[in-house]
Amino acid sequence: MNLKNTNFMGYRRENGRMGIRNHVIILPLDDLSNSACEAVANNIKGTMAIPHPYGRLQFGADLDLHFRTLIGTGCNPNVSAVVVIGIEPQWTEIVVNGIRASGKPVEGFWIEGNGDIATIASASKAAYSMMKHASKQQRVSAPLSELWVSTKCGESDTTSGCGSNPTVGNAFDKLYDIGSTLVFGETTELTGGEHLVEARCRTDDIKKQFKFMFDRYQDIIERHKTSDLSDSQPTKGNIAGGLTTIEEKALGNIQKIGKKCMVDGVLDKAEQPKISGLHFMDSSSAAAEMVTLCAAAGFAAHFFPTGQGNVIGNPILPVIKLCANPKTVRTMSEHIDVDVSGLLRREETMDSAGDKLLDCLLRTANGELTAAEILGHREFVLTRLYESA
Amino acid sequence: MIHFVVHEPNDSVGVVVVEGVQSGTDLIGWVMDGDLTLQMKSESDIPIGHKISLKDFKPGDTVLKYGVDIGKVVAPIKKGEHLHVQNVKTKRW
Repeated sequence: MNLKNTNFMGYRRENGRMGIRNHVIILPLDDLSNSACEAVANNIKGTMAIPHPYGRLQFGADLDLHFRTLIGTGCNPNVSAVVVIGIEPQWTEIVVNGIRASGKPVEGFWIEGNGDIATIASASKAAYSMMKHASKQQRVSAPLSELWVSTKCGESDTTSGCGSNPTVGNAFDKLYDIGSTLVFGETTELTGGEHLVEARCRTDDIKKQFKFMFDRYQDIIERHKTSDLSDSQPTKGNIAGGLTTIEEKALGNIQKIGKKCMVDGVLDKAEQPKISGLHFMDSSSAAAEMVTLCAAAGFAAHFFPTGQGNVIGNPILPVIKLCANPKTVRTMSEHIDVDVSGLLRREETMDSAGDKLLDCLLRTANGELTAAEILGHREFVLTRLYESA
Repeated sequence: MIHFVVHEPNDSVGVVVVEGVQSGTDLIGWVMDGDLTLQMKSESDIPIGHKISLKDFKPGDTVLKYGVDIGKVVAPIKKGEHLHVQNVKTKRW
């Protein structure tokens, strides 16, 4: 597949970024504002509320991450416009101002002193105008290299390591060649293969940053573990699928960064890359947490290889699922966008499987819905660093 | 027909990629890196996705997959047997 001359039809945002969806989102600052957001989304058809359980009494780095994730979600190029609702005005304004920097329409509302009903009424009026505006926006052509693509696998099994993960690796190598912006993460799921990622870091400084993130996460595991983690990592699903140790899981995981890509940058959770190339983002290996962080970092499409059949989606980031396990493809077909099980029957080459995934990426970019979008999977899960005050 | 795949030539395990492998089944394996095939007999019932041992192991041995250390053997394993959490554990954490 010649990707150099390949274009897709997407939405050009005010800050120049390209999106592939045109969502108007109703974003709660905190848990208390979920019901008002859901009421607005019910009033104004086509808008989407993104409820979550946090945003109260957080502090320090954990609060910074909360703000960074909400602001990043609002700034994501798959989002046309944002209504933010919080319990009080000050933190609401922090999120509104953060999103406003992207240039897109955003308005904030707060419930204290107004009550739910008046807040819902004024926020619904704003959402109405935003939906009208969004419905007039047209897709325009742009080079494929402008589409930021993230990856993370889930409910992996051994077929992930031989089939679906190297398929992502093949597609990533091809996207890397045209100067795309790419990200992988899952810090603990590199355990046992961290030396292979280090060997890919473009400079000593990047290697040092990666080591810092990796060791920081290992410290958390060491501090809190009560066993060898064999009840959590690998997961019960991983073990049912034949994965025995974290090392084996990690080596399969690392197949996703292909054979040629170099690591050009290291990102903290939900941090946006400033240059193109492949980035490592420090992140949890839990599917919805990681994908939520990718969306907040500005990524517009996601490759999600699965073995046993993880069903995850995201409210704003289309999640493309691929699978090489013939049993999962047969029993959970409605969740799988790209079937690469032919790889394990030696009926398909890695190169053709990679092309098949890229073809699905293009179709998704042009507007075709993913399995997770059609099935309504909108897992929005905020990463917490520690307890609230 | 391929019954199991092996990532690299010096790996000590293969991954069963078909359903219904039973003890005593004659199997054909495919070494992906190098595109070779090999034959062996299964000594256990092995579910799809689970690993078959390509050699005899004793406790304390290291298991190689992708050409890399994936953990330590904690109970004896014979060539052709099911290799999983009952006989192999992580060396980390």
